[in-house]
Amino acid sequence: MTDTLLEIDRLSVDYETARGDLKALRDISFDVRKGEIVGIVGESGCGKSTLISSILRLTAPNTRFRQGEVRFRGEDLLQLPERKMRDLRGADISIVFQDPMQTHNPVLSIGQQMLDIQHRSKASKADKRARAAQMLGAVGIPDPEARLDQFPHEFSGGMRQRIAIAMALMSEPDLLIADEPTTALDATLEVQIIERLQELQQEFDCAILFISHHLGVIAELCDRVVVMYAGAVVESGEVREIFHDPKHPYTRRLIDCDPGHIKERARVLPTIPGEVPDLANLPGGCIFRDRCDQAMPRCAAEVPPLEQLKDGHQAACWLNHKEAAE
Amino acid sequence: MLLYATRRFGLALLILIVAVTVMFLMIRAVPGDPVQIMLGPRATPELQARLTAELALDQPIWKQLLIFYGNLMQGDLGIDVFSGRSVTAIVFEQLPHTLALIFASILWSALLGIGLGAYAAAHPNTLIDRIAAALSVSFVAAPAFVVALLSLLIFAVHLQWFPAIGAGEGFWGRFDHLVLPAFAIGLSWVGYIARLVRASMLEVMGESHIRTARAFGIHERRVVMVYALRIAILPVVTVIGVGMGFLLSSAVFAEIVFARPGLGKLVIDSITTRNYPIVMGSVLISTGLFVVSTAMADLINAWLDPRARTAA
Repeated sequence: MTDTLLEIDRLSVDYETARGDLKALRDISFDVRKGEIVGIVGESGCGKSTLISSILRLTAPNTRFRQGEVRFRGEDLLQLPERKMRDLRGADISIVFQDPMQTHNPVLSIGQQMLDIQHRSKASKADKRARAAQMLGAVGIPDPEARLDQFPHEFSGGMRQRIAIAMALMSEPDLLIADEPTTALDATLEVQIIERLQELQQEFDCAILFISHHLGVIAELCDRVVVMYAGAVVESGEVREIFHDPKHPYTRRLIDCDPGHIKERARVLPTIPGEVPDLANLPGGCIFRDRCDQAMPRCAAEVPPLEQLKDGHQAACWLNHKEAAE
Repeated sequence: MLLYATRRFGLALLILIVAVTVMFLMIRAVPGDPVQIMLGPRATPELQARLTAELALDQPIWKQLLIFYGNLMQGDLGIDVFSGRSVTAIVFEQLPHTLALIFASILWSALLGIGLGAYAAAHPNTLIDRIAAALSVSFVAAPAFVVALLSLLIFAVHLQWFPAIGAGEGFWGRFDHLVLPAFAIGLSWVGYIARLVRASMLEVMGESHIRTARAFGIHERRVVMVYALRIAILPVVTVIGVGMGFLLSSAVFAEIVFARPGLGKLVIDSITTRNYPIVMGSVLISTGLFVVSTAMADLINAWLDPRARTAA
């Protein structure tokens, strides 16, 4: 277990709202090992964003951590004093956010922002500037020295996202969280960013937690995948396992819906009918039951546990239990 | 930036010309023969004719305007009808008093307002935020003339902390005399600026780039004071620039209540006596002040916000 970097252990997070507690995350468990790329997939509202903000503890004021731990190098981040938490942010854990157009401060030059985030370094201003230019060069920004003096609005979206990656990797973090870093970009840029991320991951040897709803990207980039649905983990395992032998109906439907997997011409693109359940009033039993075409009486009665099916593959579905076959 | 500044000042000049022309025409639309009002009922026809000729009032109005601008180009605003002194000299004698009052008011209200607003935004929905909100709203609601009279009564008459009237001599004397008028006309601005900064700050604090700054462990104080405030302050700068115009009109009554010399008092006095050259001179200077302050506000914004430089 020495090579485990991040362990999410039975984490449950609620949002207190006027309608009652919104159960955004329920009993989430998975881990990220050193130097590994783990993907998190799920549709909008499945709790991906809550998960990341919980790891960084940059949560909204109405967030309540109900149970569980977020252990980073064995230390529970949820118990850490704010000072120590701030020491981790941007140093050991970095993040690249979703929308590159909004991620930089619009009134400070890129150079200024890249100097600011080196606030822990004792290096001289000139050295920090050189380091910033070197990082911009590493993500493929041409003429980086001169472009440090430019402002975010003078860069294209793709460039801004590469700058965000450069900023995140500058401190050589152990863990990089990438929150849908390519969703706001077009397909050609997406490939560029993914390839760049892959190269840099080799170079810096950091672990990446890659959040996306693009299955193709996940399959390409990640070692392991965690599939989330309505605030819970429904399946997790090696990429190959998940894509070739999905053990949860939701994962199967998700793969069927991926445009990359559709082989035949169809008039109507496949979808998963129904809606995500209301997180403030969760029904009993399996959360996917209403949208599942293989639902059984047992699914309404009991919540299926996340079960180890074989080495490196877990799923939470009654279909995988022996009783189902009978 | 230089190109932007040049264009901005070109626009300012145009605004100034339009404003002065409108004022020139408006004052001539006021009913009654100005020469008669100026000289009184017992003036001889010869004297009336001489003044009419001196002020070029016998000329068609377009010609009067042309003469006015012609003199203006040479820095000549005309001669005061009563004292015979140069209007330029009279106006520039009064100007420093009004400028001191306006700058003192805007300075203290901006500093306090921005501080109060930023603090409230950094601690939303706390007790301090609520107290700041209640204070701000009552400051805005209090009419400046009431504040002026009450502060005069309390701090000058009863407590005798500050002098009641006049402008004072020497630096501290002037400062002493400035406190109450600046307090009176700045108070509602404190509340106004505090509300504006708070709303603007709360909006900026919710933007993604603030989350990014926090995610890099940048100290919260720096996030608020540099990353957020620099953006949140942009609308405030614009409002202060325009507010200079409102402060000019507040200065008019503050100068009367506190019996201070200044442009406001000069304008009121000269309008009642139809002293055209003085009215035009004062209006020109105060319009110029307003136009320059809005242009300055735009330039400060362009300096704070790189996006504004290319947009304009």
